[in-house]
Amino acid sequence: MSNISLMVLLLALMAIAYQVGMVRSRKVATINPGVRMHSRPQHYGMMVGLWAVLPAFFVLLIWAWFAPGVINTMVQASLPAEFATMDGNEIRIIMRRISNLAANFGIVADAADWELVAAEYMKQLQHSSTMLLTALMATLASAGLVISFYKIQPQLRARHQVERVVKVLLVLCSTVAVLTTVGIVLSMVGETMKFFSFIKPSDFFFGTTWNPRFSTTGVGEGSLTGSQGSFGLLPLLSGTMLVALIALVVAIPLGLMVAIYLSEYAPAKFRATAKPVIEVLAGIPTIVYGFFALVTVGPFLTDFGAMLGLTIRATSALTAGIVMGIMIIPFISSLTDDIITQVPKTMRDGSLGLGATKSETIIKVVLPAALPGIVGAVLLAASRAIGETMIVVLAAGNSPALTANPFEAVSTVTVTIVNQLTGDNDFASPQSLVAFALGLTLFVITLLLNVMALVIVRKYREQYE
Amino acid sequence: MSNVAQDNATNLKIIARDVKVFYGQAEAVKGISMDIAQNEVVAFIGPSGCGKSTFLRCFNRMNDTIEHCRVTGLIEMAGLNIHDPALDVVQLRAQVGMVFQKPNPFPKSIYENIAYGPRLHGLAERKADLDDIVESSLRRAGLWNEVKDRLDQPGTGLSGGQQQRLCIARTIAVSPEVILMDEPCSALDPIATSIIEELIDELKQNFTIVMVTHNMQQAARVSDKTAFFHLGELIEMGPTNELFTNPQNKRTEDYITGRYG
Repeated sequence: MSNISLMVLLLALMAIAYQVGMVRSRKVATINPGVRMHSRPQHYGMMVGLWAVLPAFFVLLIWAWFAPGVINTMVQASLPAEFATMDGNEIRIIMRRISNLAANFGIVADAADWELVAAEYMKQLQHSSTMLLTALMATLASAGLVISFYKIQPQLRARHQVERVVKVLLVLCSTVAVLTTVGIVLSMVGETMKFFSFIKPSDFFFGTTWNPRFSTTGVGEGSLTGSQGSFGLLPLLSGTMLVALIALVVAIPLGLMVAIYLSEYAPAKFRATAKPVIEVLAGIPTIVYGFFALVTVGPFLTDFGAMLGLTIRATSALTAGIVMGIMIIPFISSLTDDIITQVPKTMRDGSLGLGATKSETIIKVVLPAALPGIVGAVLLAASRAIGETMIVVLAAGNSPALTANPFEAVSTVTVTIVNQLTGDNDFASPQSLVAFALGLTLFVITLLLNVMALVIVRKYREQYE
Repeated sequence: MSNVAQDNATNLKIIARDVKVFYGQAEAVKGISMDIAQNEVVAFIGPSGCGKSTFLRCFNRMNDTIEHCRVTGLIEMAGLNIHDPALDVVQLRAQVGMVFQKPNPFPKSIYENIAYGPRLHGLAERKADLDDIVESSLRRAGLWNEVKDRLDQPGTGLSGGQQQRLCIARTIAVSPEVILMDEPCSALDPIATSIIEELIDELKQNFTIVMVTHNMQQAARVSDKTAFFHLGELIEMGPTNELFTNPQNKRTEDYITGRYG
């Protein structure tokens, strides 16, 4: 029986055990009139369910973890003597063939006799392993069910047991989220270290030229296509910052105005419709923004620039920045709107009561009171802009030059990561590994921005609560 | 001068005639008329929801800030109809200051809290003038000695009673003629309350004060006249001593003797 069907069986068993436990606890309650049961019937049911399923489940987990290894070792030991001297890689290939044969994936005609024998042996082992597992699980499950069934007594603290299990479950779930982050960082750190074994960190962080060349395995040192490209981060970072800056220049005033209108002036009905509509902007896939920039905004800017006598490239920092700015408007407007609405009405009344006009009240009292929150919103939007990829891939022109001219094509950190990881690169070359160094750099920058934003927002929260 | 004011040749500061306030369809204040003389302290008492705060907020048109709220009737402030389209509500509010139920200092420094109003209305030309206004306002609110060394500290860092006096000082700084107080002591402890009550006693030399209170002892202690409201109507108004010792209306008597409310 496969592990999946075992798990389905366990779930079914749990449902049955739950019912059984509930019925039993009600019965116990009627047998002992005048004694209050410690927990509710569903707690007793849950307890029986957990006792029936959890021990068996752990055995299943451990078995699934160790059994394949044990079987492999046993099969390997049964192979003819000449294979014992082979090195790890060859053995692994042979074992792969054998396990394929055992699972009937292999073509029998090609297989040598000894392979067929080994595959047969493996099949046998797997079969008995499953039988053993099933028997063990059945024993544990029934033992757990029966024992906990008879343990149901008025003074049994079933709720405490159930709550402890639930607590462990919750901790596990939150651990998954944290561990994922840690795992991502660790995997990037490992690759980044490898990259820095090729390129000096100072050349990476302070280099002003980005020209990684091609990577081709087997090309001698000193050749043009060898590993010695220039991996200067600065042109990419400046491109990223330029685009993000333009985006913020577009988004901050627009977002703030939208927020002020929605929170202070708009009638409640209008606000209730307009706010979700604006938030849709954040939900549009960024690739769609990308070709909006490429097809519509870029050519428009070129024409507009020609009118003013400026040379604006269709794909430039400006194009990407403006479209990205539109994308992050809702981040700023929506958060700021929430924050402005949180400023207590008494504060406004105080100002109005002194004879301030509505606009004076907003500028001199409401906005300063909301300022920390607004800064937090802007920082969140900034970290979003810095990490944004698809818009810049399509619209920024992909030209890693160190320039502050927004009308020129630039390239950003994210675009470069895409470029370095697509195509048929050798994954052990610095040309590919640099993507991890770039990713880590980006991660650290946005992480810092997020932390700053969170700290500022939290500080603000404490003021009114 | 309007007709009503000419009829009352005395020094009336506020005149209200048949004032009604509606929240949507609901009528919260049902046609109240009232005269308030200069330098008088008038206390509004009555059970919760009787319309006394709403009526108070008519005097500086704070009800304008509430959606679906409509005010009808005549209110004259020093002879001027406050609903006259020619009259700017901003000027009205500079003349009629307001202190709120909960102390609501701005999240700015103590100095900036006081300087806020004078700056808006251009009352001080030079920094020194502004300093003078800040100091004199704080002195008159009895707060100067407690805060003179920390004017640059945030106003929100003061105690509740100090915050409320800061709000009173902030109101005085604009030199209003009338000060409205909406349960100014309801969020304060007894000691802070008695300090504010003494302060009101001093302030009435320069200002006309209208206050809403839930505390009848407070009304008896500080006010010259008391008005009893019930269900949106003005039941009885008269000199505080008389109203508390010899109420004319049965409902007033029931309320002040604690039979309900």
